[in-house]
Amino acid sequence: MNKEKRLSILLKGFIKENPVLVLILGTCPTLAMSTSVISALAMGLSATIVLFCSNVVISLLRNIIPSQVRIPSYIVIIAGFVTMVQMLLHAYLPNLYAMLGVYLALIVVNCIILGRAEMYASKNGVINSALDGIGMGLGFTLALFLMATIREVFGNGSFAGIEIGFLQNYKISILTQAPGGFFVFGCMIALVNKITHGKAIKKKEFSCSGCPSASFCHKDECNNTLEEKEAN
Amino acid sequence: MFKTLIVILMTSVLVNNYVLSKFLGICPFLGVSKKLNQAVGMGLAVIFVMLLATLVTYPIQHFLLDKFNLGYLQTIVFILVIAALVQLVEIILKRYLPGLHRSLGVYLPLITTNCAVLGVTINNVNDGYNFIESMVSSLGCGLGFLLAMVLFAGVRSRIENSHIPNSFKGLPSTLIAAAIVSCAFFGFAGIVEHLFS
Repeated sequence: MNKEKRLSILLKGFIKENPVLVLILGTCPTLAMSTSVISALAMGLSATIVLFCSNVVISLLRNIIPSQVRIPSYIVIIAGFVTMVQMLLHAYLPNLYAMLGVYLALIVVNCIILGRAEMYASKNGVINSALDGIGMGLGFTLALFLMATIREVFGNGSFAGIEIGFLQNYKISILTQAPGGFFVFGCMIALVNKITHGKAIKKKEFSCSGCPSASFCHKDECNNTLEEKEAN
Repeated sequence: MFKTLIVILMTSVLVNNYVLSKFLGICPFLGVSKKLNQAVGMGLAVIFVMLLATLVTYPIQHFLLDKFNLGYLQTIVFILVIAALVQLVEIILKRYLPGLHRSLGVYLPLITTNCAVLGVTINNVNDGYNFIESMVSSLGCGLGFLLAMVLFAGVRSRIENSHIPNSFKGLPSTLIAAAIVSCAFFGFAGIVEHLFS
């Protein structure tokens, strides 16, 4: 495979298939951890490390794991790497560990990681999967960073803990609270829609079938029943 | 004792609402809240799984992980136990209670990898609750989820019929509506502690 194609695998996670703003995956950590720039970067990079490692290992084992038990196997692999990241952060960066709290353990159930394992790493070679993991992880970090910048600068009048003088009297503190998270996220997705003229969101129908778990959670049964209920 | 339990219940339903103030379980909240009956079904399934998961993970944490100093295995053990449990319950329901399976069963597999369920079990351990407190807290979180889903299904049906700018159609308008509903819950902060003291 030539270099250009590899570069496009790496870069597609940043904008074209940004996991947060275009594919709408991993909404929970995005909303919860974007109150300050530092926690957003810590969350993004932890998820990137887990995503990279799990993509590599799952890609290496893709011909060994039987397809019937692939989801539990993926979950064990991901949970193993999450535990490693947890222990490393606990030992070396206890402040960040306390800041991320329960959300660090919840990287296990982050849709992005399981989704990439199922959609990409289980079908592609090691190098491509590794690049995909890094690209998607950094795309996630980028989206988190942008959102955290908006929320921290306007909500708290500071950037990464450094106070910005002239904004101190004009804080919109609700932006750092829960309602602000939903609001800023909604506006950012609307902005992406505007820029891409609605093409981005159409790729991903937002419902049960839009969930990455849908492909392995009795998809047909699930979709049919939901449709039936909707028809009634 | 009774007062503590009520405070835990009200806190987890209203103040620390899992969806609207802790951002756990956003995917089903946004995905399955289009219709009221689906929202209720999903909410009930979440309550059921949360209670079941707490029932199983509490003894594991206290009699296995704590006793043998294996706390670092918490994440792996909990997610596997919850995933296996949900599958098992689904099979049992399908075989013995097909009626209940038809109304709740479809939502069960979706919940396996739901961060709210794993989150509630880990939070119960971190908060140092005893068994009864853990169960009450799980019930409260589940009820809070149901409440948020039902309220939001109502709000959402109004958005579908209104004129909004093109780029805000779909998810962005839903999120902004969620922000407004979340504002309402924001008002509960600080109430519960003073209500019973």
